Amino acid sequence: MNPVEVAGVWRFYGDFPALRDISFSIEPGACMALLGRNGAGKTTLLRIVAGLARPSRGKVTILGEENRGRPARASVGILGHGVSLYDELSAYENLRLFARLYGLPDANRAAVKWLERTGLERVKDGLVREFSRGMRQRLAVARAFLHEPAVLLLDEPFTALDDRAIELLQGLLRDAIEQGRTVLISTHQLREALELATDVTLLVRGRLAYTGTRTTQMLEDPGWLYRQYGEALSAPNLRA
Amino acid sequence: MAVPAVRRSPVRTEPPRLSFVRQALIIAAKDLRSELRTKEALNASIAFALVILLLFSFAFEPTQEQTRRMSGGLLWLVFAFAGALILNRSFARELPNDCLDALVAAPVSGAALFTGKALASFVLLLAVELVSLPVFGVFYNAQWTGQIGPLLLVLAGGTWGLTVVGTMFSALTVNLRLRELMLPMLVYPIMVPGLLAAVQLTTPLVMGQPAAADLMIWVRLEIAFDVIFTALGVALADTVLVR
Repeated sequence: MNPVEVAGVWRFYGDFPALRDISFSIEPGACMALLGRNGAGKTTLLRIVAGLARPSRGKVTILGEENRGRPARASVGILGHGVSLYDELSAYENLRLFARLYGLPDANRAAVKWLERTGLERVKDGLVREFSRGMRQRLAVARAFLHEPAVLLLDEPFTALDDRAIELLQGLLRDAIEQGRTVLISTHQLREALELATDVTLLVRGRLAYTGTRTTQMLEDPGWLYRQYGEALSAPNLRA
Repeated sequence: MAVPAVRRSPVRTEPPRLSFVRQALIIAAKDLRSELRTKEALNASIAFALVILLLFSFAFEPTQEQTRRMSGGLLWLVFAFAGALILNRSFARELPNDCLDALVAAPVSGAALFTGKALASFVLLLAVELVSLPVFGVFYNAQWTGQIGPLLLVLAGGTWGLTVVGTMFSALTVNLRLRELMLPMLVYPIMVPGLLAAVQLTTPLVMGQPAAADLMIWVRLEIAFDVIFTALGVALADTVLVR
């Protein structure tokens, strides 16, 4: 049993199939980069894996459990498109809120620890609405890592981060992977994602174009995967 | 440098052992704290309630007898419209920054999320009612403190009914562009039995008169309404929140 298993997932918006028969799994301690151009279905797939949307067909399991069950949700940390933080609460209050919702034994300590790890301890009492975009993103990273989840689902996590913050996030992700946590990153920023990834999945127009190990060739030439697999599926005879 | 994949057994995170009540209270406390920081819905709702009470008083100058007959209806009209402002914010508060995603992804049951949000709206709406009552007493010459205990019970019952129905539809309409319009249009028709009961029970009590024994049917209706819609909201919360 792998920590993340996606089996035959379809998702329709009306008659339009946004995802078509997607199946893959992620091994423990692996980091999978979920790649694809705009509209390929990356966010839809990530939301389904996170249990935020239902698949029209197919099944997702997290650590062998149905992904909407409480054990599965307790095991997942998600960083979505929005930062999922309350503007009118302080950084500390936001983290303490989520620490309490995740039932952490010492919510205050967990909040302080992750404020320190993301370099936000000096602004812990500042309201989130006063934060810059980069600070919000770092706080969102802290929220996603707060309960030390077994599975991390990250949608465009490097967006709005400066070089230092990208380095910080990559460091946190490396630590998580070394600890045996499983990571799924959806991104356009190929180089940052491929540096971390052990596996790659490419979506093209809602279809699975490639899933497998990240090779050295992909790292040296991030565009290679799109040229090799992406364009073949974009050909007119395969668009239907 | 890529981190090499190491085959190992997956890390496990223990699911939290939070009770339903605790989860609901955490959500309610968060909503109340957020609202008290901005006071967006509370200020609008209180101002709206007071303005309607004052305007009605000046426009119609009701006699003591007219006030006695219409007091319950007037008050619940005001509470229902003022309540829509609070209930609209219940789930709309989660829209900026996609906060609802983080709540739905957390190991909190949809039922606890619904109950917490309903509790927060209930407290806020009750606060609006408690501010409105003295104003009503002054401008309509009503002895509303005469039956304060039963009156508060009726207000609590009616407000809970309004809150659970409103919270349920607030979740349903949160992603609609015209949610401010849709919420009242959906809530008020369903609220008719609950509002009728609340109006019938409030009318004598707010004038300081005891409720007659023949009003027991309305008490039963109010309780049944609250129980049915609370159960429906709790049962349907997960279906409404994850689509």
